[in-house]
Amino acid sequence: MNHAGFIIATYGITFGVIIGLVVYTIKQGRNLSRTVDDKDKPWT
Amino acid sequence: MSSETQSFKGVGTPTTRMYGLMAVVALGWVFLGGLFFTPEDAVQGDAVRIMYVHVPTAWVAYLAFIVTGIASACWLIGKKHSMGFDRVAGASAEVGVLFMAMTLLSGSLWGRITWGTFWVWDPRLTTTAFLFVTYLGYLAVRGLGGTAEQRARRSSVIALLAVLEIPLVHFSVVLWRSLHQRATVLSPDGDIKMDGLMLFTLLFGVFGFTVLFAWLVSHRQRIMAMQDAQQITALDAAVTERLKEVQE
Amino acid sequence: MSTSRIARAVAAKDLRIEMRSRVVTNQVLPFSGLVMIMFAFALDNDDVLQRVAGGLVWLATLFSLFIVVQRTFAVETFDGALDALRVAGVNPQGIFIGKAIALFVQLIVLESVLFISAVVLYRVNVNGSGLVLLVTCVLCATAGLAFVGTLYGGLTAGARGRETLLPLLLLPVVAPVLICATRATESAFRSGGLTVGEGWPWVAVLAVFAAVFGLGGLLSFSSLIEE
Repeated sequence: MNHAGFIIATYGITFGVIIGLVVYTIKQGRNLSRTVDDKDKPWT
Repeated sequence: MSSETQSFKGVGTPTTRMYGLMAVVALGWVFLGGLFFTPEDAVQGDAVRIMYVHVPTAWVAYLAFIVTGIASACWLIGKKHSMGFDRVAGASAEVGVLFMAMTLLSGSLWGRITWGTFWVWDPRLTTTAFLFVTYLGYLAVRGLGGTAEQRARRSSVIALLAVLEIPLVHFSVVLWRSLHQRATVLSPDGDIKMDGLMLFTLLFGVFGFTVLFAWLVSHRQRIMAMQDAQQITALDAAVTERLKEVQE
Repeated sequence: MSTSRIARAVAAKDLRIEMRSRVVTNQVLPFSGLVMIMFAFALDNDDVLQRVAGGLVWLATLFSLFIVVQRTFAVETFDGALDALRVAGVNPQGIFIGKAIALFVQLIVLESVLFISAVVLYRVNVNGSGLVLLVTCVLCATAGLAFVGTLYGGLTAGARGRETLLPLLLLPVVAPVLICATRATESAFRSGGLTVGEGWPWVAVLAVFAAVFGLGGLLSFSSLIEE
């Protein structure tokens, strides 16, 4: 593969950021929904 | 909040779980197909592989800002000033800023391979950079503090002003660049001949990133709702405590 | 009271405060003059300076704009004057126009000094039809800057970290003004072989900018300062 460094960097950054954001979102959601009352969760 | 162990309801719902599953499948394909299974392009060579992630991230970034604009307008116009619109606007801008950063990064890496430079002063690129900075400002305004109502009012106005600003920026950059000579490096741009597998990977990627966006926004918007609720609960508790102190 | 009377009263009050405190004349003007001299140090070449003089004048204007905007709203938030106006039921559109007029006048004074220093320090020539273009360009660009400055200044007034937030919000918005005003000014100076006629389309964009944000400000200012 030509320019392998650039291409791998692009994939690494993109998928890395996405996975990071998803993991962060899931963790934040778990922590908060433990402390918040169920009546404050209109989607359930 | 009776038993701490497992009775709480989480953020996920069947709909978001379905989005998440579809996003995982599509993004998995983009990763494997984009890096390994698809052939290299006749003109661009392997650089075309960057397109499979660059185009969908750019699409999501623009989509996010459109959603922010529409949700802000809905909040401002709506008689009830429903906080849901404000949270969707905020969550969408958060995701959009991040995707815009990735778009600019992957785009400049692609440009370095194809054009030989990381950056050209092309109207599209310049407007995108301004969009990025403008929405960083939008998020800063959201972080100013105050009640949820104040935050919603301020940030919806800022979002709508951004909708006014971006076309003006784009138009003046177009005028500006048209005076100088056209950036000749731009030639290998649209003329990619996509075979079936390449086109499928690109479109499947756009689909996957869109459902990922939907998943992220619905989750982050629910997190914001809980944060707002938590703030109100904390405030109520502080008020009751203070009242007790005063009465004693 | 009618909107225009409120606007005039607010503008007169702001300008009177500036006349008495002399912050703009004693601090902002020397600052922008210094910026012009610093540009000359950085670009140590007469030809280059002459070529880019228009851009440097407008950059110096933008830098000073942040200071002046912060100043006109610091006056309002210091004793809660803005809250008092709001509670008194004063029409927010009148406040917006009034503050924009005061800002406009201060910026015009500032820009006149900057353009004179460009003529003196950077040896640019402007005459006849170029001068007409330059004056029109300055009026349109300054109107746009005054509206945008008032709008975002009102938003960040009283907020934490406003010194840093204001430039972050304002710079992207005023980028079209910088682009268009610089091109028009370069035409007026005839720098780089430009003719005066080439400058007029840019002035048209500046006028559109001022109109868009003037209207946007009238519609949204009340929501921005209302808490």
